[in-house]
Amino acid sequence: MTTVVEAPAAAVGSRVVMIGLVGGAVAVFVSANGMVEAFSERELLDGLTLGAVLLLSIPLLVGYVAGRRQPELEGFATRPPGWRNPATGLLAGFISGVTIGAFVLLIATVDLRGVLLNVTPELVRDDPRILTFGLEPGAGAGLLVGLFAVLGGLAGAIQVLPDLWRRAVLAAVGWVLAFGLMQAVVSQVLRGLQQQLRIWTEPLADFLYDTSGALSIAGITVVAVLGFCLQLLGSRKPRALVNARLERLTDRSRRIVRVAVLAAALLLLGLLPQVLGSFLSEVLNIAGIFLLMALGLNIVVGFAGLLDLGYVAFFAVGAYTTALLTSPQSSLGVGWIFWLAVPFVVLAAAVAGLLVGTPVLRMRGDYLAIVTLGFGEIARLLFLSDWLKPTFGGAQGIIQVGDITVGPVGVRTPQAFFYVIFVFVLLAAYATYALQDSRIGRAWMAMREDESVAEAMGVDIVTAKLSAFIVGAVLAGFGGALFATKIGSVFPHSFNVIVSITVLVVIIVGGMASVPGVVLGTMVLVGLPELLREFEEYRFLIYGALLIFMMLRRPEGFIPSKRRAEELHEEEIAQDEWLKTQDTGSRPEPGSRPEPGSRPEPS
Amino acid sequence: MALLEIRGLTKDFGGVRAVDGLDLDAAEGEIVSVIGPNGAGKTTLFNLVTGMTRPDRGEIVFDGHGIVGLRPSQIIELGIARTFQNVRLFPEMSVRENVMVARHCRTRSGMLKAVLRPPSFRREEAETREAAERALAFFGARLVGWRFDTPARSLSYANRRRLEIARALASGPKLLLLDEPTAGMNPHETGELIGLIRRIRDEIDVTIVLIEHDMRLVKGVSERVVVLDYGQMIAEGRYDEVASNERVIEAYLGRKASPA
Ligand SMILES: Nc1ncnc2c1ncn2[C@@H]1O[C@H](COP(=O)(O)OP(=O)(O)OP(=O)(O)O)[C@@H](O)[C@H]1O
Ligand SMILES: [Mg+2]
Repeated sequence: MTTVVEAPAAAVGSRVVMIGLVGGAVAVFVSANGMVEAFSERELLDGLTLGAVLLLSIPLLVGYVAGRRQPELEGFATRPPGWRNPATGLLAGFISGVTIGAFVLLIATVDLRGVLLNVTPELVRDDPRILTFGLEPGAGAGLLVGLFAVLGGLAGAIQVLPDLWRRAVLAAVGWVLAFGLMQAVVSQVLRGLQQQLRIWTEPLADFLYDTSGALSIAGITVVAVLGFCLQLLGSRKPRALVNARLERLTDRSRRIVRVAVLAAALLLLGLLPQVLGSFLSEVLNIAGIFLLMALGLNIVVGFAGLLDLGYVAFFAVGAYTTALLTSPQSSLGVGWIFWLAVPFVVLAAAVAGLLVGTPVLRMRGDYLAIVTLGFGEIARLLFLSDWLKPTFGGAQGIIQVGDITVGPVGVRTPQAFFYVIFVFVLLAAYATYALQDSRIGRAWMAMREDESVAEAMGVDIVTAKLSAFIVGAVLAGFGGALFATKIGSVFPHSFNVIVSITVLVVIIVGGMASVPGVVLGTMVLVGLPELLREFEEYRFLIYGALLIFMMLRRPEGFIPSKRRAEELHEEEIAQDEWLKTQDTGSRPEPGSRPEPGSRPEPS
Repeated sequence: MALLEIRGLTKDFGGVRAVDGLDLDAAEGEIVSVIGPNGAGKTTLFNLVTGMTRPDRGEIVFDGHGIVGLRPSQIIELGIARTFQNVRLFPEMSVRENVMVARHCRTRSGMLKAVLRPPSFRREEAETREAAERALAFFGARLVGWRFDTPARSLSYANRRRLEIARALASGPKLLLLDEPTAGMNPHETGELIGLIRRIRDEIDVTIVLIEHDMRLVKGVSERVVVLDYGQMIAEGRYDEVASNERVIEAYLGRKASPA
């Protein structure tokens, strides 16, 4: 029951001020840490740099959040949409604007470079006066306040729209931003399509983008309209429609549909690297190697619940094993072909898994995390050490790692490499699904949920833990093997703790224990940064912000492992009560779900 | 020879002697209730029997095997399954999966089979599933059908207790240890459980030892009642014998309301 009471004005007011101040703080932060300046090199949308877009997206976000119809105060009724939405948006935007305006005046009068290295004179004092769009500090501060307020109001006004239209507007904005940021990808895909499939697509790129690479006015219009319309059409839930249609098919024709879809997907993936060209294929390959590791760590952390922070060690073992066996320059000097080395990669990774797993059998949670973190560093230091230099080459590493060959053909281009990585990823994904739905998979999950109960219910904890470590290690070992041949050399510094952390962040943000989540997480957190080179310097800042956001708002990840079809506790109790009243009379058919509407109220 | 024989079992926690030189037998096919005031050592007794806690002294012989020192996973394989006083399910796993986990000790397939999926693996998987569903079907319509796939955390309190019993049953035990199975249940549900416990014993030949504070249940199901206080057995016998025993009344009146 929602109480029909309006939220007190003071509560709403303080919330708006809060949001405005947070927005202002973020604006000051991105200006002072050099993001705006660094991003102003690139023109994103006709006449607007990426830095400007970053700065101006803040009032839009602030206005949108502040103007939300539902003040997030429980028990209060929502107000119908009206003038209040744009007004609160405007107010919040104004507050953010005042904050950044004050910052502009501050750095115009006081030189802060001693403390904040990135507050350069070019921000406000000297041309091109990035923060103030070329204006004098005073006028510039005024402009910022005005711009922020207006944009905040505009974004707040979006909240007045009915849901359907609001989503469409958001989609239009999202599409424009995505097409702007992804200029390189879009142009390349259009070019690749023309070259590979002889479809007339390349001139489209010239239409969408200016010579500077910014989305042109025409491009913005087309993309926005496209996003808007597709969202409108898409919100009719074509997915449900398709599913309903599939339901009606017979088993046999359903299988045919499934095979056809699979074949089409494989065909598309087969064409993908050709269309994407070598640079984008290379990006996919890097993402693919990380994906292989993420799938492995997903088994260790997501399924078995063993927080392993030294995961990079297995990646290193795979890479060094491959290098030792395939490079004629290595201490072994045997120079085998790649495929001959693969069984030894499996073996070495499995042994490494056992070596790490055995001493930590009795550890749980935080202790396990710290100890594995140590193991990861030990592995790197061993490969780097003078002691083992005769074997592993110390800081010089091992060069001339052998190429992968398929029959007589060497896999040398990124496009060809994509297929090899793809096969490994496919196998890993299949193995994940197969293991999840098996005796050992259930044992892992039970152990993750409650180790001592799992043991009391018959799960052999030693076997379950070691097997999780081994499977994870082998998948990371494959990743390392592919990495070594792809780069052609291995050096200890490639295997630092950042790799472990990145892989862990991927599965946390993507969704623990969920293959689609892990894939999405890798694409967003590993693939995107390779494309958006501007963000490289701020990569970990963004990871951190994203992690905090996810922990607060969506701790289960983007795509959680099981749809959270949360059964309301109340509903359960009501059903039990209902069963009781039915005890003497007819019982409901087992398996029939009582309709929420027809359910009798518990007495 | 009794199915379970406990001799001189002792366990100290720091200064507290939770179980103190306890001798206890359970014959095959019996339903035994263990009662006693709070902190008498009842749960500790179960922990000792299932291997979750190691005794300081004493012997536990089950079905001819000395089980002291065995790991809990080995003990459930021999045939002792339990439920927990504070329900301990695998909350994020589905109802069916919760029960399937308990088949672990009765199945063998490993990782290689899971990935290659030969017919023997599929057969075993299907059997596991069937066994789980059969155990759940013991509770009538409450845990079957669409409930199979709901996560355990979404169940009502009484259903969680039922699921725990189903999970223990699925492991194919000879001896079932129930730790306060009706805690948190209403009188109606308790009544239902009395019938169920009898059915478990009669239909699938499981010996049952249960800890209970609800005297209605104790009276309703048990053939023998054992009373613990300060880790020692202070009385043993039929319910009415025990209920009129002076030491028992004293033990309860000292800290708690008298039984019945
Ligand atoms: N793990 C432990 N560590 C320390 N002391 C413990 C532990 N487990 C039990 N105890 C102590 O042992 C004694 C017996 O506890 P136990 O849980 O067996 O009692 P109980 O008969 O099950 O009581 P209740 O009816 O409240 O469940 C108590 O004094 C308790 O505090
Ligand atoms: Mg207890």
